[in-house]
Amino acid sequence: MMKFIAKRVAQALIVIFLITCITFLLMNLVPGGPFLSEKSPSPQVLAALEAKYGLDKPVPVQLKNYIVHALQGDFGVSMKMQKNRPVGTIIMEMFPVSAKVGIIALVGAVLIGVPIGCIAAYYRGTWIDSALRVLTTIGVSIPGFVVATVLLILLGSTWKLLPTVGLTSWKSYIMPCFSLAFYPMCYIGRLARSSMLDVINQEYIRTAKAKGVPTFKIVFKHALRNAFIPVLTYLGPLTAGILTGGFVVETVFNIPGLGRYFVQSILNRDYPIIMGTTIFLASFIVTMTLVVDILYKAVDPRIDLAKGGSR
Amino acid sequence: MNNNDLIRVENLRKYFSIKMGFMKYHYVQAVEDANFSIKKGETLGLVGESGCGKTTLGRTILRLHEPTSGKIFYDGEDITNVRMLPYRRKMQIIFQDPSASLDPRMTVGETIGEAIDIHKLADSRKDRSDRIHKLLTQVGLNSEHANRYPHEFSGGQQQRIGIARALAVQPEFIVCDEPVSALDVSIQSQIVNMLEDMQQEMGLTYLFIAHDISVVKHISNRIGVMYLGNVVELAESNELYNNPLHPYTKTLMSAVPVPDPKISRERKRIILEGDIPSPMNPPSGCRFHTRCPYAISRCKEEIPAWRELAPDHFAACHII
Repeated sequence: MMKFIAKRVAQALIVIFLITCITFLLMNLVPGGPFLSEKSPSPQVLAALEAKYGLDKPVPVQLKNYIVHALQGDFGVSMKMQKNRPVGTIIMEMFPVSAKVGIIALVGAVLIGVPIGCIAAYYRGTWIDSALRVLTTIGVSIPGFVVATVLLILLGSTWKLLPTVGLTSWKSYIMPCFSLAFYPMCYIGRLARSSMLDVINQEYIRTAKAKGVPTFKIVFKHALRNAFIPVLTYLGPLTAGILTGGFVVETVFNIPGLGRYFVQSILNRDYPIIMGTTIFLASFIVTMTLVVDILYKAVDPRIDLAKGGSR
Repeated sequence: MNNNDLIRVENLRKYFSIKMGFMKYHYVQAVEDANFSIKKGETLGLVGESGCGKTTLGRTILRLHEPTSGKIFYDGEDITNVRMLPYRRKMQIIFQDPSASLDPRMTVGETIGEAIDIHKLADSRKDRSDRIHKLLTQVGLNSEHANRYPHEFSGGQQQRIGIARALAVQPEFIVCDEPVSALDVSIQSQIVNMLEDMQQEMGLTYLFIAHDISVVKHISNRIGVMYLGNVVELAESNELYNNPLHPYTKTLMSAVPVPDPKISRERKRIILEGDIPSPMNPPSGCRFHTRCPYAISRCKEEIPAWRELAPDHFAACHII
């Protein structure tokens, strides 16, 4: 077990290192820079600014400097958006806002998505199954910004039921959380349905029935536990993605979270923020994937982590 | 109705519907008009080729499949439409594939314990674990095995767990659905002997389903033969073996290997023509007429009645 974790952590570090290098190089390939905007400063000022932030050096040198500093825990300071504030502080300020919306959306997606899948599987072939299948197909086909915009127009503008921007009261969480949760909810529903159908036809479900286990308990105890693996696999990256904020949803609803900030930092070419956010996101995804792999063992005792294979 | 009958089925039918496009259904006639009874303490063997409906019949008796029509009686009571929970304690099943029939996520102890919990058979936690340990020892495993998962066992051991699980509720009647066909021959005899010992000890009644006639003959008091959803013949096992009446039973018996080359060489083997017809579209009249070497024109038109041709020897055939 420990050997497995050590191996995976080493792999994770390599992945994060590669992501850092690739992002850094791609970012520098994009034309423009943090100090160029409508009112560009004079060449002398520009040169002085670039020298101050080390942008006058060749890109490989910049990359080397960035990595050396990052390894010491120094991710630089914002060059433009919140001038000279450390990137780490900014991320830690933004992340809780995104995480709060994200956790609500994530819990909602799982708590509604999994039962949807179970119900559809249980009533397979009936109108209930068909209705849920239509709903989930719509859910996985409509992009999040469409859901967000439609909600904004209907609930926010036409009927004026909910506030449209910011996070001021509990009411303002409803639309962003729903827009963020809708796609994963439907996706989880579909995953759960297909793996439930697979499990329900297994012989040990019949054994449970022969024992006299009530149907409800068969579905939620025997079948669900065995059908949960595909959902769990999806939950790892989803958690990381959803907690760090839906880029689009946060932009549409004007939520001061990490996702929106990431988009703005790219538009502004605020290099240290782009790098900081990317590394944060990558580490988070890699960590969640590792957590999920360890959880597999808890869900399915047949999986042997040390051997790296299953069954 | 005879008071010695533990199980009795009357005109039991099980059709499965298959959707063939919009609003169009086809039916697989898996079991057609089964009529027989199983006496208390006896073993009724059920043989027939793959897909003839043996397993479906066994499961329908336990109402793991709901019957399409007909009646099932348990100890004189009609259980065709009742709540099954109290009867799940009395009627159990041992499945064909031991590894598939155990929940991979539950330890052996949990699997056995669940049955005990549902029927509230244990007075205390200690009683519960004592029962589990006793059951495991009974089937030739030991009590430490309770904390392990099914995949850690061999096929034979898994089938022992399946048997312990079935016995956990102290049933009176067990459907043994090809309990040994997935196992090695050497293990088969161990399991069959164990089942026999348990029957002696606990006075169990078995419906023993298999396609291996020699195994069935060894364990059964009476044997039923199935062909394409129909029970075609039913008799005491030596009687059936030595004096088969139905043409299908005769062909089956002629295919049983004899461990004596002399007899084997002189024996005439009846080989059936053609393939087994689809149960979705079974032949008219007697379902066996398409392959029967003795078929007459009446067989095509009229369904043969289930008759007692000798004492306790039933068959459904026009030409006997």
